[in-house]
Amino acid sequence: MNVSAPLKASDFKSDLKPVWCPGCGDYHVLLSLTKALADLERKPEEVAVISGIGCSSRIPAYLKCYGFHGVHGRSLPLGTGLKVARPDMTVIVAGGDGDGFSIGGNHFLHACRRNIDLTYIVMDNRVYGMTKGQPSPTTEPDWDSALSPGGTGLNPFHPLVIALASGANFVARAFSGDIRGTTKLISDAVNHPGFSFIQILSPCVTFRPEQKEWKSAIHAPPVEATDDPARAARRIMTDDGFNVGVLYRGDRRPYKIGDGVEHKTVADLEQEFQI
Amino acid sequence: MSDQIKIDTGISIALTGSGGAGVMTAGGMLLEAAAKSGFYGLQTRSVGPQIRGGEAAALLRLSNHAVEIHRGGFDILFALDWSNFSRFAAEITLDENSVVIFDPEGGEVPEIVSAATKNIIELPIKKFASEIPGGRMNMIALGIVAGAIDLPKETVLGLIVRKFASKGEAVLEASRACLEAGYKHAGSVANAPKLVSDAENADVPRWLITGNEAAALGAVRGGIKFAAAYPITPATEILEWLAPSLTAIGGNLVQAEDELSSINMIIGASYGGIPSITATSGPGLALMTESIGLATAAEVPVVIVDVMRGGPSTGIPTKSEQSDLNIAIYGLHGDAPHLVTAPLSVADCLFTTQWSVHLAEAMQVPAIILSDQYLGQAKMIIDKPADVAFFADRSKVEKIDTAYTRYALTADGVSPMAIPGTAGGQYTADGLEHSVTGTPSSAAEDHHDQLAKRRRKIEGFNYGTHWAEIEGEGDLVIVTWGSTAAPVREAAELARAEGISVKTIAVRLLAPLRVEALEAELAGARRVLVIEQNDLAQFYRYLRGHVDLPADTRAYHHPGPMMLSTTEILSEIMKEHRL
Ligand SMILES: Cc1ncc(C[n+]2csc(CCOP(=O)(O)OP(=O)(O)O)c2C)c(N)n1
Ligand code: SF4
Ligand SMILES: [Mg+2]
Repeated sequence: MNVSAPLKASDFKSDLKPVWCPGCGDYHVLLSLTKALADLERKPEEVAVISGIGCSSRIPAYLKCYGFHGVHGRSLPLGTGLKVARPDMTVIVAGGDGDGFSIGGNHFLHACRRNIDLTYIVMDNRVYGMTKGQPSPTTEPDWDSALSPGGTGLNPFHPLVIALASGANFVARAFSGDIRGTTKLISDAVNHPGFSFIQILSPCVTFRPEQKEWKSAIHAPPVEATDDPARAARRIMTDDGFNVGVLYRGDRRPYKIGDGVEHKTVADLEQEFQI
Repeated sequence: MSDQIKIDTGISIALTGSGGAGVMTAGGMLLEAAAKSGFYGLQTRSVGPQIRGGEAAALLRLSNHAVEIHRGGFDILFALDWSNFSRFAAEITLDENSVVIFDPEGGEVPEIVSAATKNIIELPIKKFASEIPGGRMNMIALGIVAGAIDLPKETVLGLIVRKFASKGEAVLEASRACLEAGYKHAGSVANAPKLVSDAENADVPRWLITGNEAAALGAVRGGIKFAAAYPITPATEILEWLAPSLTAIGGNLVQAEDELSSINMIIGASYGGIPSITATSGPGLALMTESIGLATAAEVPVVIVDVMRGGPSTGIPTKSEQSDLNIAIYGLHGDAPHLVTAPLSVADCLFTTQWSVHLAEAMQVPAIILSDQYLGQAKMIIDKPADVAFFADRSKVEKIDTAYTRYALTADGVSPMAIPGTAGGQYTADGLEHSVTGTPSSAAEDHHDQLAKRRRKIEGFNYGTHWAEIEGEGDLVIVTWGSTAAPVREAAELARAEGISVKTIAVRLLAPLRVEALEAELAGARRVLVIEQNDLAQFYRYLRGHVDLPADTRAYHHPGPMMLSTTEILSEIMKEHRL
């Protein structure tokens, strides 16, 4: 391969065969992600994809980038540590709705607040896929399951509004089946400074077969992205949940990372203890 | 006789008063004045339940040789008032030689004090202070005590100038006048013990430092460049020292939303090739354990300092206890070999932390350091610590030509790590069991190979002689760990001066336990005493499970909040000796 030849999406794909069920929406997310990385002209070694636990969280190993498949719910702190310590890396954190909004919910709030320059992709299938079909925070209240017979009766969590209210700098919704749109949203998110959040509706064909219908429900947002959080919130709160595109693009100052310069030596620091 | 000077127990002083009386300021200046005059010493703080304000006691011990812990009794008690004295009474043991100074305006002398000693001196300190514009009782007390024990007035004056000059001429003048007044009345305390200097000490370069500061400094000396922090008593000072210091040396500290986050932040940073640390106490360590297992499985080096306090649960946040040994050693699920170390003194917080950074990085494993509230918050005069050559020096791959296998099965178990950014080294670090490449695998062979590799790394490592500090000879052997090493070593030294032979083994490397080395050290032992500060005798049971101990092995232990004292351990040694 000519070193200067631009990389293709397939150059970002590893040889490992995904564990996902045939038809799982996550295959499409993987494809869009590799296309976005090719479009972004990043080298695979300059990108790290960090995840937690779940079907969706298996994604790092299917890429040729650096990856970290951590524990359930802690992908954002892992990615945060990496990005602050290594600001030269492009950090993409990815996972599921259970991983990100339930066990990892507190980290989600604070990652939005902290506004570190990284991209967080949640493959939302409104279910715990890996543990075989329990309701997640985004599941409809009347969805019946063995663990919550008759449904949870609980209001679904609204990740986009929460992200906005907590200070995320870029908020978008995507649909896994819309590869072109998702690819573009991922590369826009990576390019946008600060914390970017994309909720990708990604059907679980095994435990939520009715989600196959999502492809006909999806539509583009009626208006352009706004930088006014109040307007964005109103739109997100009142739309039908199938509006895809950038919903908010802010200009909050990203987290301040140290300049990496050695202003003092350790010997200088020791002076304060001298009698 | 020079021996006698060595075992001279020094002067122990307690300053007590209600909130805002400034006993800690006075105590701190007394300690610093002693340091400047060539003495050694330490100061601890005992507080009531209030976060700020409320009663406080400054407990000092000054000596002409290095001291690591309170003796267990006090020579001088200076009570600015008696409010809530009962809270400290258990910690401030007095005997018939103790000198008590108090202000009659501050209430009546408590029963427990008047029963202990007849040397009770009444001084109208409040009145003295009121005669000086802006006068403060604590500065008068400082003058009285400093004068009584023979600390040079010029030295204390020098400190006052340095401390108060920035507060304006009036404040400075008031403090100076108070100090003069104090020195003037010091004569009323004629029977106080005096500090007699040892000329040899005069030119030794010295530091004034707490164990938490020493641990933080050890971390940066070892090469730490990233920390994640969630505040918790009594570990916060480590994090607060690191915050500006790491920025100054080109690193970073991030305040996390909780300990689940802080541990993962340091794992992420270390995966990025940057040596990383966090500090916490029991409740935080409990939250971190799942992810410490991740660092073990994914082979990412991290250092966690647990500054132990009374447990379980929220326990006693401001008091020391060695009760996190079990969680540190056994707290991880699965077979998860990792390192557990414990500093043996305030100064050793520096060495042990620096060494632990080195070990964690060399073996790509998590290291848990068990410090405690006593070591962490005691302020101590120590000889300037020597530079030791332990640095973060991780085995990395620089250039990759062929396929990279992150978890390759090497002879020593350590597999060179590809740092993100290295072309051709891309791999996915994983807490799922994996093959040599990092690919998730549930195959028996991969599981067994990876378990064995991770065990081999830390079992086969050459820890040198640093696994323990060993002193003396004798068929009575005391095995101890962590902060309890200080009273054990001092008691053993006092026993030796009485002609009793006793050997002490203070274990610094708790896991992996150096079983063979320990058994070799115990070879001639007839009786073994295992001493520690917790209720369940955790270390004793741990040793019982792994080490071939003589039949006559006994545990001496009690939980916090009281520290084990030199005198109580000495009496245990005497008991053994008489057997
Ligand atoms: C601490 C912990 N608790 C529970 C689990 C079990 N678990 C694994 S994946 C998962 C839920 C995953 O759901 P989601 O993040 O939505 O991912 P999906 O499988 O739907 O892609 C749970 C509960 C675990 N691995 N760790
Ligand atoms: S269970 Fe659902 S989410 Fe998991 S792989 Fe199958 S389809 Fe995808
Ligand atoms: Mg899900």
